[in-house]
Amino acid sequence: MLSIKNLHASINGKEILKGINLEIKPGEVHAIMGPNGAGKSTLASVLAGRELFEVTEGEVVFEQKDLLDLSPEARAKEGIFLGFQYPIEIPGVSTVNFMKTAVNEHRKYKGLEPLKAADFLKLMRDKKNLVEIDSKLTNRSVNEGFSGGEKKKNEIFQMAMLEPKLAVLDETDSGLDIDALRVVANGVNKLKNAENSTVVITHYQRLLDYIVPDVVHVLFDGRIVKTAGKELALELEEKGYDWIKEELVK
Amino acid sequence: MSIDTINNDFADLFEQGKSLLEDNSSKFMNTKREEAVEYFKKLGVPTLANENYKYTNLVPAFDHPYTVDLQYRTVIGDLNELFYCDVPELDTNLVLLSNGWYYNQNRELDIPKGVIVCSLQEAAEKHSEIFEKHYGKYAKPNEEGLVALNTALAKDGVFIYVPKNIVVEKPIQVINLLRSDRDLMATQRNLVVIEENAQAKLIFCDHTLTHNKYLSNTVSEINVAKNAVFDLYTLQNQHLNATVLNSVFIRQEANSNVLTNTLSLYGGMIRNNHYTLFDGEHCENHTYGMYLMDRQQHVDNFTFADHAKPNCVSNEHFKGVMDDDATAAFTGKIHVRRDAQKTEAYQSNNNLLLSENAVINTKPQLIIDADDVKCSHGATVGQMDDDALFYLRARGIHEEEARMMLMFAFAHEIIEKIRVDALKDRIDELVEKRLRGEISKCNTCAIACNQ
Repeated sequence: MLSIKNLHASINGKEILKGINLEIKPGEVHAIMGPNGAGKSTLASVLAGRELFEVTEGEVVFEQKDLLDLSPEARAKEGIFLGFQYPIEIPGVSTVNFMKTAVNEHRKYKGLEPLKAADFLKLMRDKKNLVEIDSKLTNRSVNEGFSGGEKKKNEIFQMAMLEPKLAVLDETDSGLDIDALRVVANGVNKLKNAENSTVVITHYQRLLDYIVPDVVHVLFDGRIVKTAGKELALELEEKGYDWIKEELVK
Repeated sequence: MSIDTINNDFADLFEQGKSLLEDNSSKFMNTKREEAVEYFKKLGVPTLANENYKYTNLVPAFDHPYTVDLQYRTVIGDLNELFYCDVPELDTNLVLLSNGWYYNQNRELDIPKGVIVCSLQEAAEKHSEIFEKHYGKYAKPNEEGLVALNTALAKDGVFIYVPKNIVVEKPIQVINLLRSDRDLMATQRNLVVIEENAQAKLIFCDHTLTHNKYLSNTVSEINVAKNAVFDLYTLQNQHLNATVLNSVFIRQEANSNVLTNTLSLYGGMIRNNHYTLFDGEHCENHTYGMYLMDRQQHVDNFTFADHAKPNCVSNEHFKGVMDDDATAAFTGKIHVRRDAQKTEAYQSNNNLLLSENAVINTKPQLIIDADDVKCSHGATVGQMDDDALFYLRARGIHEEEARMMLMFAFAHEIIEKIRVDALKDRIDELVEKRLRGEISKCNTCAIACNQ
């Protein structure tokens, strides 16, 4: 589904990603862990097409297409979803209008007619139930005045609405209490199937108790330095990241 | 032409046109007229040297051989047929003006008994007691050249009177149609009197129906008595060859509640003077405004909240979206007088600049002579928020559409303050069209003037 080869990216001339290699197959859940500043969020932003970052080398192929050639909106319509670490508040744009526009742009891309108002509202209702998000939130402007947990739930709700092939969830667990974490993880698990894939970017192992990964990668100083099964996450939780640094030095 | 020549031309016009100006006007109006002529000779048309007009040069707008109608010009055809307001479901009492004059074939209105809606000329004669109590009392011809000019030339406009305890449910919509085969200067003078505990909503619309160059110099005086509730919506939507000079003077008595919203959607040059005098305790006032300017359009909003009595609250918010070479100015003057303790006066002005060349000059001006007050002011000038733009795009929304959504959201904060739902929906629609670069005019008007 996704193939990243020797990806280098920089911001303001400073190289952050220094040769990432990553293969993700349909149905897989990958966790990317690593210390602060390793480049985890940069990787997520580059995949979503944030123009702040300049890709200097390498390639990213998503479903046989050169992803780096596409605009952020085209990537989204191809099926990539970025769950933001810090979802943006947009006063004055209603969640309903935002989602209606987004869903219909996706439909147009697939050659489908826009949804009728009633069908759209039904879709909203179904997905709201699925991810346990309150109507009070979806009736408001996008993320305006939401708590950290509410913003993260809203990300999962949007993901449910757009049904991506590949979801990249950037630190979705940061700042979440245990109840919100369960709701968010449940949402992700319910949306999971054999066709779609998930990349969970996290600093801590706790989220991975709820979203169980097939593969765990350690990102360090702009490179993936270790890849293993889910037991790696536990090891990292126990021992921290220092032993990886030491291993690298050897 | 120099400003002196322009001012002298007006002085000549007062002189030579004296008998025509006085004809059909009440004695009271003519007395005010004579005073105003003298004030105008001193003040003249405001120039850049006037601090309040620092960012708006009126000389080019005045430097043109306009026709000035000193008497009612018979309207050819039926305006009711020629023009209809296509605001869907906006059920209003429709009053038409022709080049600032009250149209003599306006249809009958659905208004409660005792409410008067008529021409200013008629009011000056038939309702002289009310008229003379208020006319010329709130506007300041001795301070402001445009008001002096208006008062010197004023012959007609709309007069609205809502008696004590009466609620006018249906908004009164006054549409001034500029329709001439010659370039024209229009002088419209309005008087609105809302008596104690009465309520009314008024919508002023301006439309240009022909391509000609227009200069409108309008003055409205509005008195809102004790416990009365009054809304004023001003919709400015003219063509690029039109200059709109619009001065509104509102006086609020105790416990009154006033909301105004001035929406400048289109026009060559627009200058709004908006004065509110708080002349009783516990008044509430909301002054809103929005301007969407592109090409070489210019808008200048000058507002003055004069807190003369204690315990009043004023809340002012203007927002603008500027593109291309458009220029705008905002001045928010607040004066809290010495005895006006416990005043709360808030003000903000936010601007979104979409191009390198768009310019906004924004200036708060607070004079606070009382010591127990809450006042705040703030101004922002910014570009589109890149993070928000990326967030929308990351969900699959096309960049242009995402920009549109953000601009619309920005403007909507002002539109949502409109307390007439049908009007709010219509403005939403117009603003969306405007931001999409489509025509912003109501359909009938766009067809008629082909702009």
